[in-house]
Amino acid sequence: MLPPVFGVLFDGLAYGMLLFLLSVGLSVTLGLMNFVNLAHCAFAMVGGYVTVLLVNHYGWPFLWTLPLAFLVPAILSVGFERVFYRRFYGKSDLDQVLLTIGIAFVSVAAAAWFFGTTQQPIQTPEVLRGSFHVLGLDIAPYRLFLIAVGGAITLALVGGLEYTRFGAQVRAAVDNQRMASGLGINVERTFAITFAVGSGLAGLGGALAIEIVGLDPNFSFTYLIYVLIVVAVGGLGSIGGSLAAAVLIGVSDIAGKYYVPQLGAFLIYLVMLAILMWRPSGLFGRR
Amino acid sequence: MALVTDAGTEPVRYLKFKTRWHWAETLFWLATLLPFFLFPDYLQLASQIAITALFALSLDLILGYAGIVSLGHAAFFGTAAYAAGIFSKMVWGEPFTGLIVGTAAAALLGYASSFIIARFRHLALIMITLGMGLLLQQAANSAGWLTGGSDGLQGIEIWPLLGHFEFDLWGYTAYAYSLIALFIVFLGVRRLINSPFGLALRGIRENAVRMPAIGAPSRKHIRSIYTLSAAIAGLAGALLAQTTQTVALDALGFQRSADVLIMVVLGGAGRLYGGLIGTIVYMIAHDQFSGIAPQYWYFWIGLLLIAVVMFLPNGILGGLQAATAWLQNRWSKR
Repeated sequence: MLPPVFGVLFDGLAYGMLLFLLSVGLSVTLGLMNFVNLAHCAFAMVGGYVTVLLVNHYGWPFLWTLPLAFLVPAILSVGFERVFYRRFYGKSDLDQVLLTIGIAFVSVAAAAWFFGTTQQPIQTPEVLRGSFHVLGLDIAPYRLFLIAVGGAITLALVGGLEYTRFGAQVRAAVDNQRMASGLGINVERTFAITFAVGSGLAGLGGALAIEIVGLDPNFSFTYLIYVLIVVAVGGLGSIGGSLAAAVLIGVSDIAGKYYVPQLGAFLIYLVMLAILMWRPSGLFGRR
Repeated sequence: MALVTDAGTEPVRYLKFKTRWHWAETLFWLATLLPFFLFPDYLQLASQIAITALFALSLDLILGYAGIVSLGHAAFFGTAAYAAGIFSKMVWGEPFTGLIVGTAAAALLGYASSFIIARFRHLALIMITLGMGLLLQQAANSAGWLTGGSDGLQGIEIWPLLGHFEFDLWGYTAYAYSLIALFIVFLGVRRLINSPFGLALRGIRENAVRMPAIGAPSRKHIRSIYTLSAAIAGLAGALLAQTTQTVALDALGFQRSADVLIMVVLGGAGRLYGGLIGTIVYMIAHDQFSGIAPQYWYFWIGLLLIAVVMFLPNGILGGLQAATAWLQNRWSKR
């Protein structure tokens, strides 16, 4: 028999994996281009609504919608990158913040217009529902599935970054953009692809998040705060850092809500502030 | 020979020139009296606008002059609103002491946090300001016994101003009170930014690394201006608590911080009048379109933001300035 603290850890780990999926793209693009993209969660929301639309209106099975929840925001983000973001790479933080807050506002209104302001219900497959008992703990298969997906994506990302040519180019561009372009790496193209993959992962995260935290038009802003916390704590451009920060924040949030519910989200803000005071560039940040 | 200028008098003359009143400024402040005569039905709105303009002015001080991007400036606004509200409930309802208590609370908080603010820039700074705002809102929500939690702080009673002017339903007193506060603070701020200290702040905005290199104590300057800005934001919050006689949790919210940032940028940051013009345009538009649901209001605000950063990088005032320069240029060529 395991004490309930393991249940909290398990739920926190699953939640952390979700936060990791939502935030890893932002971390890499911020590290790569120093672009403060506050509309990142708007792409996550797009992924969520793609899944909702396909499951509830076209009767697709939940798992089959996930590739599209990845692809649609990825393609959409390339369009946004071409039209808007590209012009603001060298500009001040303030301009980037304002542009992307503007896009996030528009996304909230558009989602409310098309889908209404209510929480979207979702039907997950039979196997992932309910819960089973192991060693005195209630284990929800959906959370196990989340941890598995998060783990697989971490492996794929780390492998892709460490062992492929493209990954080497991304690492070079994160380390020193000018040097990388001096060596003939097409940094703009590298960035566009990374940006698309990052937004796609956020979309996948948005789709997977529906079962755990729900989906409504304010998703763009409610989870933006969590995502920014993960990015700032983990350090820019670091996948391992994002994973560690996401799990840390996920576990602190669940533990805080379980043991001291009256504090609400107070605890994670405190964790973030403390870590930033101690290490301003995050736990694994190099700059 | 104009090549050799007296280094001692040249900046002084520049600052003297900047402090002279332009006729348009006089006109602007005379126009703020118009609501008393032309739109007496809208005095409550006018009072809200004056208070928000004061808040925008405080943000412009750190954003437009010192280049500190804050996503949590409502922390000071809300803290002072709660402090003034709670003071009037627990001690007495005299308005001036309430203002002082609220402003002092915000200034104290601003001074404490300025030590943190001065150490950071870029993303960490944005996150820390955002985090502090959220932290305070959570704290106010949790401390329901003191703040009323999500129901808001009710039952604030404010005595008549100077023992004579009641805070009436129409907002005559409220508008006069807020407008006078705004004008006095504006005079002070105008004086401050056209002082050597104001120039040092602009230096920090332009190049944060070079200023310490030429001997300016940048961190000390950032601490001073941040504390001052927090105090002014607090004054605005205390005014709101007193004139509306209620404080809701959204006084501390992210939405309020984002709104005021939008107003400053819309009008033009770092231009003194930018925050005021931006507030007037934003609040009047909001009032006119209040019939539409809030989520669609934010659709238009979002579009407006995108348009402003893409086409009007210096806000309305910057756009006007560019337009007049262009016209003058064409006119003089003929």
